[in-house]
Amino acid sequence: MIHSLFLINCSGDIFLEKHWKSVVSQSVCDYFFEAQEKAADVENVPPVISTPHHYLISIYREKIFFVSVIQTEVPPLFVIEFLHRVADTFQDYFGECSETAIKDNVVIVYELLEEMLDNGFPLATESNILKELIKPPTILRSVVNSITGSSNMGETLPTGQLSNIPWRKAVVKYTNNEAYFDVIEEIDAIIDKSGSTVFAEIQGVIDSCIKLSGMPDLSLSFMNPRLLDDVSFHPCIRFKRWESERVLSFIPPDGNFRLISYRVSSQNLVAIPVYVKHIISFKENSSSGRFDVTIGPKQNMGKTVEGVIVTVHMPKAVLNMNLTSTQGSYTFDPVLKVLTWDIGKISPQKLPNLKGIVNLQSGAPKPEENPSLNIQFKIQQLAISGLKVNRLDMFGEKYKPFKGVKYITKAGKFQVRT
Amino acid sequence: PVTCRHDDLKEMLDSNKDSLKLEAMKRIVAMIARGKNASDLFPAVVKNVACKNIEVKKLVYVYLVRYAEEQQDLALLSISTFQRGLKDPNQLIRASALRVLSSIRVPIIVPIMMLAIKEAASDMSPYVRKTAAHAIPKLYSLDSDQKDQLIEVIEKLLADKTTLVAGSVVMAFEEVCPERIDLIHKNYRKLCNLLIDVEEWGQVVIINMLTRYARTQFLSPNQNESLLEENPEKAFYGSDEEDSKDDKPDAASLVKRKPYVMDPDHRLLLRNTKPLLQSRNAAVVMAVAQLYFHLAPKAEVGVIAKALVRLLRSHRSQGNWAAAKAALSVQGMFEPYLKSFYIRSTDPTQIKILKLEVLTNLANETNISTILREFQTYIRSMDKDFVAATIQAIGRCATNIGKVRDTCLNGLVQLLSNRDELVVAESVVVIKKLLQMQPSQHSEIIKHMAKLTDNIQVPMARASILWLIGEYCEHVPKIAPDVLRKMSKSFTGEEDIVKLQVINLAAKLYLTNSKQSKLLTQYVLNLAKYDQNYDIRDRARFIRQLIVPTEKSGALNKYAKKLFLAQKPAPILESSFKDRDHFQLGSLSHLLNAKAVGYQELPDWPDEAPDPSVRNVEVPYGAWQGLPTLRFSLSLSFPDPESVSESESESSSSSSESGSDSGSRGEESGDQSEEEEEEKKKKKKGKEGPRKVCPESAGRYHRHWRGEGAGSATSWELRNTSRDMGGLQPISPCLDSFTSPALERRDQLITSQPQHVPTAFLPPSAQMLSPVFSTMKTYELLHRMAGEGLSVEYYFNRQPFPPDPHMVAVQIQFSNNTESEVKNLRVSEPKLVSGMRIQEFQEIALMPGSMVGIDTCPQLPGVNWAGSFSLWHVSSSTHSRQFYVSIQPPVGELMAPVFMSENEFKKEQSKLTGMSEITEKLTLLDKCQSDHTIVQRVTAAANVSRVPCGADNEYRFAAKTVTSGSLILITLEQKEAARAHLTVNSEKMVIGTMLVQDISQALAQ
Repeated sequence: MIHSLFLINCSGDIFLEKHWKSVVSQSVCDYFFEAQEKAADVENVPPVISTPHHYLISIYREKIFFVSVIQTEVPPLFVIEFLHRVADTFQDYFGECSETAIKDNVVIVYELLEEMLDNGFPLATESNILKELIKPPTILRSVVNSITGSSNMGETLPTGQLSNIPWRKAVVKYTNNEAYFDVIEEIDAIIDKSGSTVFAEIQGVIDSCIKLSGMPDLSLSFMNPRLLDDVSFHPCIRFKRWESERVLSFIPPDGNFRLISYRVSSQNLVAIPVYVKHIISFKENSSSGRFDVTIGPKQNMGKTVEGVIVTVHMPKAVLNMNLTSTQGSYTFDPVLKVLTWDIGKISPQKLPNLKGIVNLQSGAPKPEENPSLNIQFKIQQLAISGLKVNRLDMFGEKYKPFKGVKYITKAGKFQVRT
Repeated sequence: PVTCRHDDLKEMLDSNKDSLKLEAMKRIVAMIARGKNASDLFPAVVKNVACKNIEVKKLVYVYLVRYAEEQQDLALLSISTFQRGLKDPNQLIRASALRVLSSIRVPIIVPIMMLAIKEAASDMSPYVRKTAAHAIPKLYSLDSDQKDQLIEVIEKLLADKTTLVAGSVVMAFEEVCPERIDLIHKNYRKLCNLLIDVEEWGQVVIINMLTRYARTQFLSPNQNESLLEENPEKAFYGSDEEDSKDDKPDAASLVKRKPYVMDPDHRLLLRNTKPLLQSRNAAVVMAVAQLYFHLAPKAEVGVIAKALVRLLRSHRSQGNWAAAKAALSVQGMFEPYLKSFYIRSTDPTQIKILKLEVLTNLANETNISTILREFQTYIRSMDKDFVAATIQAIGRCATNIGKVRDTCLNGLVQLLSNRDELVVAESVVVIKKLLQMQPSQHSEIIKHMAKLTDNIQVPMARASILWLIGEYCEHVPKIAPDVLRKMSKSFTGEEDIVKLQVINLAAKLYLTNSKQSKLLTQYVLNLAKYDQNYDIRDRARFIRQLIVPTEKSGALNKYAKKLFLAQKPAPILESSFKDRDHFQLGSLSHLLNAKAVGYQELPDWPDEAPDPSVRNVEVPYGAWQGLPTLRFSLSLSFPDPESVSESESESSSSSSESGSDSGSRGEESGDQSEEEEEEKKKKKKGKEGPRKVCPESAGRYHRHWRGEGAGSATSWELRNTSRDMGGLQPISPCLDSFTSPALERRDQLITSQPQHVPTAFLPPSAQMLSPVFSTMKTYELLHRMAGEGLSVEYYFNRQPFPPDPHMVAVQIQFSNNTESEVKNLRVSEPKLVSGMRIQEFQEIALMPGSMVGIDTCPQLPGVNWAGSFSLWHVSSSTHSRQFYVSIQPPVGELMAPVFMSENEFKKEQSKLTGMSEITEKLTLLDKCQSDHTIVQRVTAAANVSRVPCGADNEYRFAAKTVTSGSLILITLEQKEAARAHLTVNSEKMVIGTMLVQDISQALAQ
């Protein structure tokens, strides 16, 4: 299946290679570089490239291209998903999935890659199992190891590998038993010129941090589970229970993991927490234009909208912008033509406004298109869909765990057309 | 300096300090990771292969696997270490030794690898077995001659029941012998049932393989539909014709058109994969989606839409889009999610274009106005490639949906005044295409475009307009010469491509309307003759020669008009997703639209289903991990002696109906084809090994016994006597259906010889029906309406079945409600599943109004079975019918009562706690409060006996499962206010769960 993996940074250096079968020369990456050049934008590099003898399947994560070499038929998503899993594992082990982190821990990276694939077929990708085989680096451990000469490798088969709950190890002990759930919802929306919603849906996830001793069996129930239109589960969740009772019943993995992702889509249900008033216009033959944007809270359920950032990709003809903002600060990148307005909190009393003049290249024709506004925001303590966790029960263990649920709403791909 | 550093490393490796070795190995691995050559260190490194420090060892392994291929001789030094490792008591060490050993690509060790793999395949640890499965394709790629031996290992591992091994062995199967679909038969149901517990990557591989498998083994679930679509009229008119000819073909065609019934195994696959649509792993979701796309009835494919939309939304959508793009072309499925495909200005261009493609595909009469409104927004985008794609999309909508064609055209005409060349060029091209479809209706637009030449400056657009006017100059006879006049005026100032089109226009006008344009044409050609660009000069010279007749001009002159004004085919605007249908969805080949190496074709559905019984497995009791549904079907019947020839054809068609036969056959061609078949079969066997039971050979058995039966009455007679002699003892009553289908069928044939069978001839286990006990619950098998006068009921008489105590007796009762005698009644097609056995019974005849009962005793292999068998009822010599029926025994009948004391009960119960204990709370109804009713209801629901109990609010019952003799203990504890606790203790958890359900239901009635 997966023959080789090359990690390439943005400047085109191949800084790591790993082969699971015979060695494939680095020169195969030239096809990738070619495609990359053609695409101009990193996002537009085709994920699958066909070369005379191989196929290259790549992902782009944290400014690194993960380029895998394939020789025979394999579902492309299989490879893509696996590469993401590799990146996730690095993230998990080193706290970040960056070029420096990988270079600093190259031996562990290599050991991980060795365990994750055997002959190109995934072997152990569950972080729990990997962590028993190869211990993540910590400062303390590396000091101890350098003195005692003991190793980072597990000497026995991880217990998860053989159990039917591979995501959890057998012996887990905590002095403080805690279970935290973060319900994070993102609003994806397209708002048209007149302010009406063209499209809106809520994408939610429940991220969990569970530190419980032993083999706890949890069940999490919601006040309004019917809201969830489409759900995807961590393998630990018992599908049958969900189907019949709409209860999430599971033996959790140890540590951080994503319990479910869900979607709430039904336009009338989605409350749009902000509104935008905008005038962006360019005059014919005057090499200047007007820019006036006001943003305000709407249906915010008594919660403050914070962390508001407006990003606008201005037309190419724009040279500069002279704006004044009543709140927050703005920057305009004249190379990328990106205007960023960092607003912060919106208070309903005094709506933030940004207005001024847009300078165009002299002689350039009036831009035909109006830029769209991309808006980011955050609302704490609110799940915009109205989803509420009802209760969390634990079976199988005697102690009383500390439980917590946090809600947060964010803007996902939130775009206002002008 | 490089060699210096290496010396340094060598020194460290030679030292006897592990920490130094480790440091050296780390540095070497870092070199390998950067792609630097470290091969000269091989001798120094390989020495450390037996190092005690596990991390050093692991890193040495990494090094070895990387360089062994280059330094084969030295690599051999390490082999003995691995061979030792293979015997290590620690399973992790065994596994990693095998992993490295098999990863060293040195041909000379192939025999060692083979041996190691074989040994590991029967290792106790499933992890080692998994590693063995991984090693198979490694060895195969090193030496493909080992294929046969490897297939044996694969076969063995396929039978493995642990989820850990399943994914890996199927992966090996796919790489080594994907064509050996027969190896899957017996593992099919197991794989379906294990699927949900297999790790994600294995799931993908298994699902893809099963998709292919299902395509070869089941019938298309959409065949009814396609039949209806194809020839509803034919079928209607056809019957008239056939009436006049003969009855037989009519019957045959009826059989052909019988309603499609999905094979339960096919359903099993669909049912067991569906939950995986909710997997977090995109590859699994896609795998299930393609499975549904290729295997599910059309009505059910829609379920994948939701999951696919989810994939596309993911933050990692880039690749997902690419991979899923094909699925998006499925018509209609995504309509509810139309808006999810609306485009944001921040999407990468690739995704924008894919979304556009989907939107275009989804466009129909009802939503087109919304979609066009969206498109209007997109046209103003900054991303010009995307705008161009949008314009093309509009063009496609216009071609597909006639209603909006004019709107689209007008919209596109407006775009002609866009400032962006690309936009204009693209619009002109699309308009050109649209106009080519029906030019006569659009002379207005052509006129409009002609006017545009005054304003539009984009050369490409001007050129396109000129081409259009030239091409359709006959539709705009007045304007065209005028345009030429204007253009000739400005000719010298035009761009080259425009000049060329001016010349073209002039030529075309000259040919159609020479009167008005002759002078103009010559003027233009003269101008062109002295143009700076030699292309233009050449063109002018060429055209002049071609169109202006002179003495010198050749034969081409005559055809000038044909050359210039030939009918040009309208370009077809269609989706780029087209023509990929033949690839398996979500595969690399599908994405690239080219066959990738190792791609396995997705076969077409077979016309007739291969024998489903090949998937039957003898399963030792208790081996089940899931809750399987077992079926059995009983076979067959025989026609009356007088009507052999006539009903032969019918019975053959009916047997093909039952799915056991792959081909149709006729009595006439019997002998010859049989010989041929025989030969073929032998060849096949030679090639594929004796163990294979392929669909053909299963069909062959059928033929075989039929032929023999017709020819050799002697053998039957012999058997018959033996049966008479051993009258008291049923003769081989319990045939294992799987191991000896041929034998069994022959047996049937014998018993089915057309003779009048008096009741006394029935085996001893069949008896005249005594009145049914009032407590016995009878179940209907065949209603008399459905059975055309024959009704069949069955019940469990709870009597021990003497020939085999592991069987459960089922009494089947036949009643003839017709006027005439029902003869030759028998159970046919004994294709029993999973170790189920059935007591054969002979053909019987029923006088009108009479009843007969028969004990037949399927052995129950495990938890649950549902049976189906077909009954053949011949009521007259010309008419025979076959009925499909099924028996679904309640779990309570699969046990026999045991008597035990209270103490014994308590003792046993204490052993069966934890997982083996199932408790349910229930509320007892008023009428169900008394001792008597409770006991009666429980014993009616299950074949259990009461155990004495000291407490008066508690009831205890005990039983043993018939097949394995596992204890089942039931406790019913009455609490205050009609509440009660029902507890079942049994190591057979599935039985326990079902029993709890059944009993609580019985008590609630």
